[in-house]
Amino acid sequence: MIQFLQQLINGLSIGSIYALMAVGYSLVYSIMNFSNFAHGSVIMLGAYFGFFALTGLNLPFFAAFMVACIGTTILAIVIERVAYKPLRERQAPFLYFIISAMGASILLENLVIATIGPTFRTYPPIFERTPLYIGSLAIGRLDLMMFIISAICLAGLLLFINKTKMGKAIQAASYNIKACALMGINTDRIILIVFGLGGFLAGVAGVFFGMKYTVYPQIGNITTKSFIAAVFGGLGSLPGAVIGSIILGVLETLVAGYISSQYRDLIAFVILIGVLIFRPTGIMGKSTVDKA
Amino acid sequence: MDWSYIQGILMLAGINLIAVLGLSLLTGFTGLFSFGHAGFMAIGAYIGALMTASPNSTPAGLGLPFFVGIIAGGAAAGIVGYLIGRITLNLKGDYFCIATLGFGEAIRLILNNVQTFGGSRGWPGIPYKSTLPTIIIVDVLAVIFLANIVHSRHGRNMVAVREEELAAQVTGINVFKSKMTALVISAVYAGIAGVFFAHYMTFIQPKMFSMNKSTELTIIVIFGGLGSISGSVLGALVLTALPELLRTFDIWRLVFYGAAVILIMISRPRGLMGGMELTPAGIRKVKAERKARQAAKASLMALNEPEEGAGLGEGKGA
Repeated sequence: MIQFLQQLINGLSIGSIYALMAVGYSLVYSIMNFSNFAHGSVIMLGAYFGFFALTGLNLPFFAAFMVACIGTTILAIVIERVAYKPLRERQAPFLYFIISAMGASILLENLVIATIGPTFRTYPPIFERTPLYIGSLAIGRLDLMMFIISAICLAGLLLFINKTKMGKAIQAASYNIKACALMGINTDRIILIVFGLGGFLAGVAGVFFGMKYTVYPQIGNITTKSFIAAVFGGLGSLPGAVIGSIILGVLETLVAGYISSQYRDLIAFVILIGVLIFRPTGIMGKSTVDKA
Repeated sequence: MDWSYIQGILMLAGINLIAVLGLSLLTGFTGLFSFGHAGFMAIGAYIGALMTASPNSTPAGLGLPFFVGIIAGGAAAGIVGYLIGRITLNLKGDYFCIATLGFGEAIRLILNNVQTFGGSRGWPGIPYKSTLPTIIIVDVLAVIFLANIVHSRHGRNMVAVREEELAAQVTGINVFKSKMTALVISAVYAGIAGVFFAHYMTFIQPKMFSMNKSTELTIIVIFGGLGSISGSVLGALVLTALPELLRTFDIWRLVFYGAAVILIMISRPRGLMGGMELTPAGIRKVKAERKARQAAKASLMALNEPEEGAGLGEGKGA
């Protein structure tokens, strides 16, 4: 039982990081209806920004954290302007967006390899290594911090979407972006804000991911799993992305703990295919009706 | 540059071309995007290796001749393609894409854990059977077969499905069947490419068939131009040789490659040869279209001229 609870806690902390990444995919999908595969590279660069702000500039942790988040916000917006805006203006089919996103991700990943190098880097220790104990359950300080900050960010995001005027505009755009433009909403700015928000959360996720594991140029490949979580929860739905990520995180750690860590990644893809077959819109996704 | 180096590049381009031609049918002519074709290549490569590797080596093979390997590899990929198609072809747009992505990665992860095939350490000691002449012969056959399909009734159905699925359905085309035909044929092509790849490298590893390989194939198809067989041929040649030519830039070459992909998407989304063919008939068609466009422009100008002139005159008068 203790072991099960322990796995559950680990799963929750991983799941919360997946959630930060997954909402980035979902936000963009809800407005622009395509899977932004460049998001993984933004997360990767977030990890690097945080790392260099900490070690190179010797900034205190929270300053470095903000540097990383602002860096990724700008980066996400730049990617939108360069790689997607021309396509948007031409109303290109979604597949061109996906290919362009993949181009951006190849570019960024290899740019990092070419300039910073392919070596693995580890964050300097920020939190004490000794875990906190509740009874005989050990909770890592980093895991706890990860969970709390992710929860704050996600709650903030949901508040922003549901309570502010801008959030309402984003919701409206996710229903029908053309009608939104006709109603006098500046959709270009909405898209910019959506990419900015996704980029900011990618920075948070990147820094924590780097602290929990290591920083290297191929982190982007691992973030594919958070994309799966977004599909699992239903692409385009923010609560769905969060729930999907938590479930995926917990399932993964349980599989790794009780069956074999080799099958951990496989389970993610099996879930993906299973969800697509039996419930293609995920747990809470908006149903996609192909309009002819 | 010596001949064996150039020969190596040509062989790789030829092998890529087989897979690209199949993907071209699925993506360019039927309008379905796949990010899992490396999975079909992996199936072809492993089944092909199983057939031809000597029984004494580890992992052990069956020691059968090469052509048995080609047929078995292609057939196995086709069968898997059929099964995948049955469950995923009803998915719309993005979701089909994602399903193929999941499938491709799942194949790789399963192969990583199957110890009879060497697991993640890979499968060494596959006999070297792919030669430039055989690859060229298979390429030519593949092009002829594909051209025949595209110009057949099935091919026209596929293009109709690509252009407007609902309209195609209304005209009585079995959309599901057309998509399935395209998927199975492209899977067989990818499988055969996998067999040649395995017998060219003589060593295969699940890592070689990752999502990056699938993306590479899709990028070649798009670069060459959707709905063009000659575009796919050119694309495979150019994009396989390009990283080799950029060798001098070393680690920067993939940066340029990524930038080039974005640039193509935003500046020339039709690719090199989108919808055009480098055949006498294709060139005649393009010329005729250009002539027609010029004629239309000229007649429009003729129509507009008097009005414009009148407008200017009025302006002067006022």
